[in-house]
Amino acid sequence: MKTILRCLRPYALRAAAGVTVKFTAAILELILPLLLAHIIDSCVPAQDLPAIWRAGGGMLFVAFGAAFCNITANRMAASVSMEMTQTLRQNLYRRTLALSQAQADRFSTASLVSRLTNDTYNVHQMYDKIQRGGVRAPMLVLGGLVLTFFQAPPLALVQLVVCSATFLSIWAVTRRGIRLYTSAQEAVDTVVRVIRENAAGVRVIKALACQGRERERFFAVSQEARRTEEAAGQAMAIAKPLSTFLLNTGLVLVLLAGAFLVNDGRLASGQIVAFLSYFAMIQTATLGIARIFTMISKGAASARRIEEVLLAPEDQPVRTGPSDGPELGMEAVSFSYLGVEKDLDSASFSLNRGETLGILGPTGAGKTTLVSLLLRLYDADSGLVWVEGRDAASLSPQNRPFGVVFQNEALLRGSVYENIAFLRDISREEAIAAARTAQIWDFLQTLPQGMDTPVDIRGANFSGGQRQRLLIARALAGNPRILVLDGADSALDYRTAAALHAAIRRDCPGVTLAVISERVASLRNADRILVLEDGVITAQGRHEALLNTCPRYRRMAELQMGGMA
Amino acid sequence: MKKKHGLFRLVPFLRPYGLRLALLMLLLLAGNLLSLAAPFLSGKAVDAIGIRAGEVDFPGVFLACAGMLGCYGLSSLFTGFIAARLIHISQSVSHDLRTAAFNRMSELPVDFFDTHPAGDLISRVCYDVDTVNATLSTDLLHLGTSVFTVAGSFLMLLLLSPRLTLVFFVTVPLSAALTQFQMKRLQPLYRRRSKELGALNGFADERMGCRKSIRTYGVEAADQALFEARNAAASKAYYAADRASASLGPSVNFINNASLAAISLFGALLYLAGSLSLGNLSSFVLYSRKFSGPIREAANLLGELQASAAAAERVLDLLDEAPEAADPSCSAPGSQEADAPPTLRLRGEIRFDHVTFGYDPARPVLRDFTAHIPAGSLTAVVGSTGAGKTTLVSLLLRFYQPQAGSITIDGVPINAYSRDGLRRRLALVLQDTWLFGGTIAQNIAYGTPGASRERIIEAAKAARIHRFITSLPDGYDTVLTGDGISKGQKQLLAIARCLLADADMVILDEATSSVDTETEREISLALERLRQNRTCFVIAHRLATIQEADRILVLDQGRAAESGVHAELLRAGGIYAAIYAAQFQG
Repeated sequence: MKTILRCLRPYALRAAAGVTVKFTAAILELILPLLLAHIIDSCVPAQDLPAIWRAGGGMLFVAFGAAFCNITANRMAASVSMEMTQTLRQNLYRRTLALSQAQADRFSTASLVSRLTNDTYNVHQMYDKIQRGGVRAPMLVLGGLVLTFFQAPPLALVQLVVCSATFLSIWAVTRRGIRLYTSAQEAVDTVVRVIRENAAGVRVIKALACQGRERERFFAVSQEARRTEEAAGQAMAIAKPLSTFLLNTGLVLVLLAGAFLVNDGRLASGQIVAFLSYFAMIQTATLGIARIFTMISKGAASARRIEEVLLAPEDQPVRTGPSDGPELGMEAVSFSYLGVEKDLDSASFSLNRGETLGILGPTGAGKTTLVSLLLRLYDADSGLVWVEGRDAASLSPQNRPFGVVFQNEALLRGSVYENIAFLRDISREEAIAAARTAQIWDFLQTLPQGMDTPVDIRGANFSGGQRQRLLIARALAGNPRILVLDGADSALDYRTAAALHAAIRRDCPGVTLAVISERVASLRNADRILVLEDGVITAQGRHEALLNTCPRYRRMAELQMGGMA
Repeated sequence: MKKKHGLFRLVPFLRPYGLRLALLMLLLLAGNLLSLAAPFLSGKAVDAIGIRAGEVDFPGVFLACAGMLGCYGLSSLFTGFIAARLIHISQSVSHDLRTAAFNRMSELPVDFFDTHPAGDLISRVCYDVDTVNATLSTDLLHLGTSVFTVAGSFLMLLLLSPRLTLVFFVTVPLSAALTQFQMKRLQPLYRRRSKELGALNGFADERMGCRKSIRTYGVEAADQALFEARNAAASKAYYAADRASASLGPSVNFINNASLAAISLFGALLYLAGSLSLGNLSSFVLYSRKFSGPIREAANLLGELQASAAAAERVLDLLDEAPEAADPSCSAPGSQEADAPPTLRLRGEIRFDHVTFGYDPARPVLRDFTAHIPAGSLTAVVGSTGAGKTTLVSLLLRFYQPQAGSITIDGVPINAYSRDGLRRRLALVLQDTWLFGGTIAQNIAYGTPGASRERIIEAAKAARIHRFITSLPDGYDTVLTGDGISKGQKQLLAIARCLLADADMVILDEATSSVDTETEREISLALERLRQNRTCFVIAHRLATIQEADRILVLDQGRAAESGVHAELLRAGGIYAAIYAAQFQG
């Protein structure tokens, strides 16, 4: 909870102000029964009508003051908890964006989404409840206790014991509740994941006529969410009847003790009546606290999950490193995702500025892994990765030289222009130029809205090849110094792909290019082609050389190009 | 038509639990009667104590106290039991709501998901359902308790002093009117709050999907700014509703307190007039607090009720989305296969007859497209990107309805087949590679429920993905999570899935575009076996796949521009020849 609480610090003053107002309201509410007792105990026996009227008028006035303070305090609480949540969500989002890829893999996307949405919402509820009732209710209890001490110390002592027992039991119940709500939130993560998968895979699911299976799958995860949440809810549901019973037992004890005290002449019976009023108030407030704790147990579980992200250590710091390497390259780089098998094994190569690197190899050979290390999505376990002559780990994240098309990338909802500009400061002219190089401008021109054509979620209103070219345009638009294309031509016909590669070379003369492709035609003009197998670079060189030295490469070329290679 | 209030629309979901809810309410009544008796007994105890020292009627006090203890104990037992059952019911209702929402989603046309962000759907199924759940599990109990407590207390008040009760005849209608007014004001605010929260979640979800790009382009700051704008909008909407509801509870409470003041005033006067005992006055005050407490609680809950009404609306609106047009009923001619697809064999003769279709009707992708694919033939579809190749597949799968023309299989319009029945007759690999977060074995067997492990492994071997799978620590039981698998591997898994299927037609839409040539060649044998005696519809860019087709269909601008075998088309020197030549240029 510490980090979450730190988020509150800037709001401490305002929260305190709100709480003070709430406190005032609570005091005013405490005065009400006091006046009531005054009427019944003093004015009525004295038959003092004007005093009765005065006290009655006073009650009205106090009630008005209480209402006013409560409204003000509620508003202040709402405003503070809204801003606190906003800030928390903001910090969480920032930290989520900054997580290293390895960390994000560990959390899983669905869980990150769930933390950003459901968990911040739960924390919001918690903030709100604590401020609204979290002070008022304990204040009422405390104030009630203090006042009763003035009224009848022995009775108040009974009450104190009962209240302590009640709070202890609430506390014990809550601790259990927090644990149960944590697993409930994990079940919600799974619900989130299945919905995401279904939204993304709707075509495949329908094509395979598997909606029924998905329904079963969702039913199961929803059932699990229901089971865990019910367990947590049940655990917390004990709090209320338990505390009610404890408190009521206290009430009985008070009456009994009161009977003896009155009998001894140490207490007026009017005081018992007033006492019972206080008691009812304390009881209501304690129940309020029980309810708040129910909220807290859920919020605290969520807060913990948010903290996990906020406190994730910075595991890819920018560090100083040598700066005398090639434009792009690796020196004996090894890497493993899980630490079991090497996904990349002592890879070494180097490339000059403006040259093209081709990467070829069977599926799962480690091509994307190699590129991911160049982009520093992951840090190598050993060896050196060179980018622009420097150790990749020494590049500042602000000024990155890359334009990239990732393998499984999706377009965003928005316009074509927004997708190409991708939040960067890119003018329409630049975007058009990039679209032209990416061989998509001709098509865009045929659209009535051109660059402003809306793009559906995941770019569903464009064909696979159009999506790829829009992503290439995005990669080109920032005038990158290094362009990485990971299978970016897989959905393009050969003619378009050839035109694309020619255009990139023509329009971006100085750019260093790293291309992963299954197509020899896309790689044959590369300055250096890496042939990867099982994480090992088995051969590298130019097309012509590889044809002679690397049987595997020759076989690929022959397969793809018939006898014409 | 004005829609009913969100909470009323929930009624069908509560109905299955109606009897249980009614029983619980009865139990609640009993519990409340018990807890109502307690203040009565406490009044008795106070009277027994009396006002003078040494005159306490101890047996009376003990009796009353024992009675109170019994009442409180039982009432706590009851309320505990009721709360537990209500949580069970509300969780059941939530589960029902979630599954109903999801089931409806699974019946919606594919393009629903192109325009409705997953994050917003998540928000509905999680946040909105949760809000409803909170109302059902706790607020309902509070309200139920309130109704009984209020009614019971009122009765007691009437018994104690009808005249004093008159005070409430003024204040209660006042509270009701105030509440009614406030509720109306709150409704749109809460609707907005749910909507904005959904939008924020939609954004967050989308952005989590492209976190890698955001980081690579170093645009975190710009993205953060966008998020913050939405965050601010959502927070503002949240606050607006909260602020508006802030006055609800206190103002009702004020009326309550005012009535308390009035009661003590008039009570005192009545006592002075000698028509009320001190004990009765004390009981009356206790009951009036009991009477007004729940009213105040309820007033505080009204905001939450309104919030969950808005939330319920968003879930129920999802249920109101129009599903795909119903399949022809089983009795209709030509569709006897609908419910028993495995018994049906399609020969697989496909005919596109003057088909025109555009996702946006103003921009047709296919224009007057006509083609005949004989049963058992291998047809390769070639064309530049965006020519409409995948659209052909989408139409065959009945994802969309053509705007003009018809598609028939074995001479029967595809609309006469049930969607699932038709789709089950197809073995396919789509352009979208999709895996779900289950094990690899489950993913391969997806679409072929009940496939044995042996067959799964056999399919994986044929798809040349077996070695990769066995290299993983958990082999076929490895649970797939997101990014750890390449597109090529996904395609191979999809091919394994397709090989496992028992089908009459084969559709491969760029099935191996990210697979290396050697592996592609290795699996071609398996694919060839799959194609045997089946109509096969292949979209591919690579020569090797296309060359051996019985017929090549060249799509250009939504029309079948050329058609023939490889050699013919090459000789013709048209579009196909140009595409073919590009393969050898760097």
